[in-house]
Amino acid sequence: MKTPVINAKGVCLTFETNDGPVQALKDVDLGIERGEFVSFIGPSGCGKTTFLRCIAGLEVPTGGTLTVNGLTPDEARKARSYGYVFQAAGLYPWRTIAGNIKLPLEIMGYSKADQEKRVEKVLGLVELDSFGKKFPWQLSGGMQQRASIARALAFDADILLMDEPFGALDEIVRDHLNEQLLALWARTQKTIGFVTHSIPEAVYLSTKIVVMSPRPGRIAEVIESTLPRERPLDIRESPEFIALAHRVREGLREGHDA
Amino acid sequence: MTKVVPVLTVIVALVLIWYAAAVGMNAQWARDQAARAETTLGFGELVVDTWSQDRPVLPAPHQVAQGLYDSVLAIKPTSKRSLVYHGWITLSATLAGFGIGTLAGIALAVGIVHSRAMDMSVMPWAIASQTIPILAIAPMIIVVLNSIGISGLLPKAIISAYLSFFPVVVGMVKGLRAPDAMQLDQMRTWSATNSQTFWRLRLPSSMPYLFASLKVAIAAALVGTIVAELPAGATRGLGARLLSGSYYGQTVQIWSALFAAAALAAALVVIVGLIERGVLKRMGMAQ
Repeated sequence: MKTPVINAKGVCLTFETNDGPVQALKDVDLGIERGEFVSFIGPSGCGKTTFLRCIAGLEVPTGGTLTVNGLTPDEARKARSYGYVFQAAGLYPWRTIAGNIKLPLEIMGYSKADQEKRVEKVLGLVELDSFGKKFPWQLSGGMQQRASIARALAFDADILLMDEPFGALDEIVRDHLNEQLLALWARTQKTIGFVTHSIPEAVYLSTKIVVMSPRPGRIAEVIESTLPRERPLDIRESPEFIALAHRVREGLREGHDA
Repeated sequence: MTKVVPVLTVIVALVLIWYAAAVGMNAQWARDQAARAETTLGFGELVVDTWSQDRPVLPAPHQVAQGLYDSVLAIKPTSKRSLVYHGWITLSATLAGFGIGTLAGIALAVGIVHSRAMDMSVMPWAIASQTIPILAIAPMIIVVLNSIGISGLLPKAIISAYLSFFPVVVGMVKGLRAPDAMQLDQMRTWSATNSQTFWRLRLPSSMPYLFASLKVAIAAALVGTIVAELPAGATRGLGARLLSGSYYGQTVQIWSALFAAAALAAALVVIVGLIERGVLKRMGMAQ
């Protein structure tokens, strides 16, 4: 059997704080296969964001092994293995949308012509074709977040890590973006790691739902989705969807009582 | 309109207080003169006299206005008695000092933000430098530079820079540290180098802080230049006008020079403010 794209074995992370050590992650075992859409869900302090940051090499685990594309997270970052989308769009107000998307490309040293080509391509992917010359303040919050997803897609990372990217948006915009994200995922075949607070969002998007629980942060349950890959929005009314959401909720509750 | 009325009211009140104070402060001399001439002054005569003395303790507003008119408009700008001439001398040293101070301030801030050692060692010295009275250190700088053959604009500019670099350091350190943890993490996910992070994120983010500092710095630069013109018998510049006015009891000359300096400072701050507005608007950061 092939090793998974993201492979965690017994990953632990302890932060040293003034109040003594805090165990943020304890014995996390998880394999994510190529092309999967994996959601991390759990209450605050369950380590879902911390685990995503470990994959990105922004935090270094204090125990266990973690590989990304067979490399250490640090090597994987230098090899441009992933694009990272934060909760806030974080677009620079002094750059146009196209300028913002070019930012990582400039840093990584792509040629000018290549930059232009890639900007055009990813703007199309997030349906912002005619917005390249606009400035961030001219766009709505949802459009800004799409621009930030475009920026994460601009270089050829085959992994997309998203930390509550739609957490600050209202529900209608969020539904729309969820639908677009699924379409994008189908077209690009990326492997996606997605942190969320929302059970419907997790169930709607994922092929695999990782339920986490706090103190210490650990995996309570991994639920494989039984939904088909093709998912119209109204699938959320189906009994299958409701049953899955129920399992996730049960998992969260058990983790919480433990 | 709603702003004009209150502003005018305040100005009128200030002028009235000024006129009253002129009467009070110049009355002694008027009475002494009258006593010497063995006459007495009625209240009306006293007021008229206190508002029109040659060397009053406190000149009345219209006397200062007359003094300003005589030394700004009614005289060739190249004359040694023109405030335009002296103002230009002061302005040129101020701008040179402001330039040096700004560059030095930015350079120090870049060092402080990127080097832990500089952060801990430079900042206390920068703060200490501002606690030394500039009046004490200015003559020494002028004398030392004079002894190695440097005189004229540069010593004044250095003293001016000494005052103006400090707000720039403080503002730029804060500005260069303005990007939040998320923005810096984002740079890390792209494996950006320190210099890429500096030019693309830290420097643009610092602009609002830089301009706020520059407004303080340019006013401080003007003060520094005027102080530098006081000692060592400088004969040119607004500071020299202030000093020679006080030597010869020419209070109208002192007040005229003071008003010229204040107007110059206000104009400089306004110009920096306009540039700030233009730049920040272009960068999409105007509030």
